[in-house]
Amino acid sequence: MTGIVDWSIEDLGVAGVVRPVVRAPDPVLAAPGEPVDPNDPEILRLAADLVATMRVSPGCVGLAAPQIGVSAQVFAVDVTGHPKARTVHGTFVLCNARLVEASQWQKGREGCMSVPDLTGDVKRAGRVVVAGALPGKSETQFTTDGFEARALQHEIDHCTGLLFLDRVAGAHAIHTRKVYL
Amino acid sequence: MPDDARVDELAITVIGRDRPGIIADVAEVLAGLGMNLTDSTMTRLRGHFAMTLICTGAADASPSLEDVEAAIAPLTADGSLIATVSRVHPESAPEAPGGHYVLSVHGADRLGIVASVTRGLAEFGGNITDLTTRLSNSLYVLVAELDLPAGTDVDMVHERLSAVARALGVEVTLRPAETDVL
Repeated sequence: MTGIVDWSIEDLGVAGVVRPVVRAPDPVLAAPGEPVDPNDPEILRLAADLVATMRVSPGCVGLAAPQIGVSAQVFAVDVTGHPKARTVHGTFVLCNARLVEASQWQKGREGCMSVPDLTGDVKRAGRVVVAGALPGKSETQFTTDGFEARALQHEIDHCTGLLFLDRVAGAHAIHTRKVYL
Repeated sequence: MPDDARVDELAITVIGRDRPGIIADVAEVLAGLGMNLTDSTMTRLRGHFAMTLICTGAADASPSLEDVEAAIAPLTADGSLIATVSRVHPESAPEAPGGHYVLSVHGADRLGIVASVTRGLAEFGGNITDLTTRLSNSLYVLVAELDLPAGTDVDMVHERLSAVARALGVEVTLRPAETDVL
């Protein structure tokens, strides 16, 4: 098993292209993504595109394939430098990711590049064990917490066709980002 | 009860273009009349400020409905605010022995989303206790908190709502409300 700390963007062997980010209510965001072959060259390109698009997007800590219009279980995460992050694994991409364990639930506010004008209060596990495949490598499993755990759950949701809007805590848990004055 | 009788519970709504001081203006009028502002919700809706509130007066010195209307009238005189004052009968919160749920609906804006979804819930006796909608460009979002009567087949409610959502081309999620008490 390849450890997530051993993986780097260089392992993809291909340069990513910045792709346009899809916004709700685009149906691709509501469709469960297909499982992928993590060694398929097309998936390596998709992974590189996700990282490239994430890196040029201000404040973006994660981006899932449906958000660039591809219904597939692939996402990129990087919470490096985020003030709410504790454990940080740097930049990584996961395919076919799933939660193995989830605990220490806590409410926090989330936004999403695909829902740019709203934020929501969502309860997420503060500690998770996640399994998935690193593109170009084999299966991996790792433990994380805090903001990286939240980002992973948000991206895994994208891969199953869910948005944070599907998990907000109540009628007063969605907020307008813009000020209409 | 005749209109000029002393009242002990009033429902008041105020809505108008948002500006600093609307709440202070209304609350000062009510305080000046000895009216207690009990349950209320106040929020900004697309640049309009909306207040809905229940007020109670002291049992021995409640102002009349007309007194309250007259005191609020100066706030609405320039047309920037609309206010209504109505007498309501004191109600205790109804028992809700069933399950508490949160419903999320989102999708492309179109006519009738709220009507169709809430009708689907009403068919099962679902009682919505709080509901917010937001239109963000072409994205329409509805989040509701609701009670379902004890013994409700929640899977059937979910099937019904899914059918409604399919017909509307929107996404729907129904899940138990978190009721952690810390």
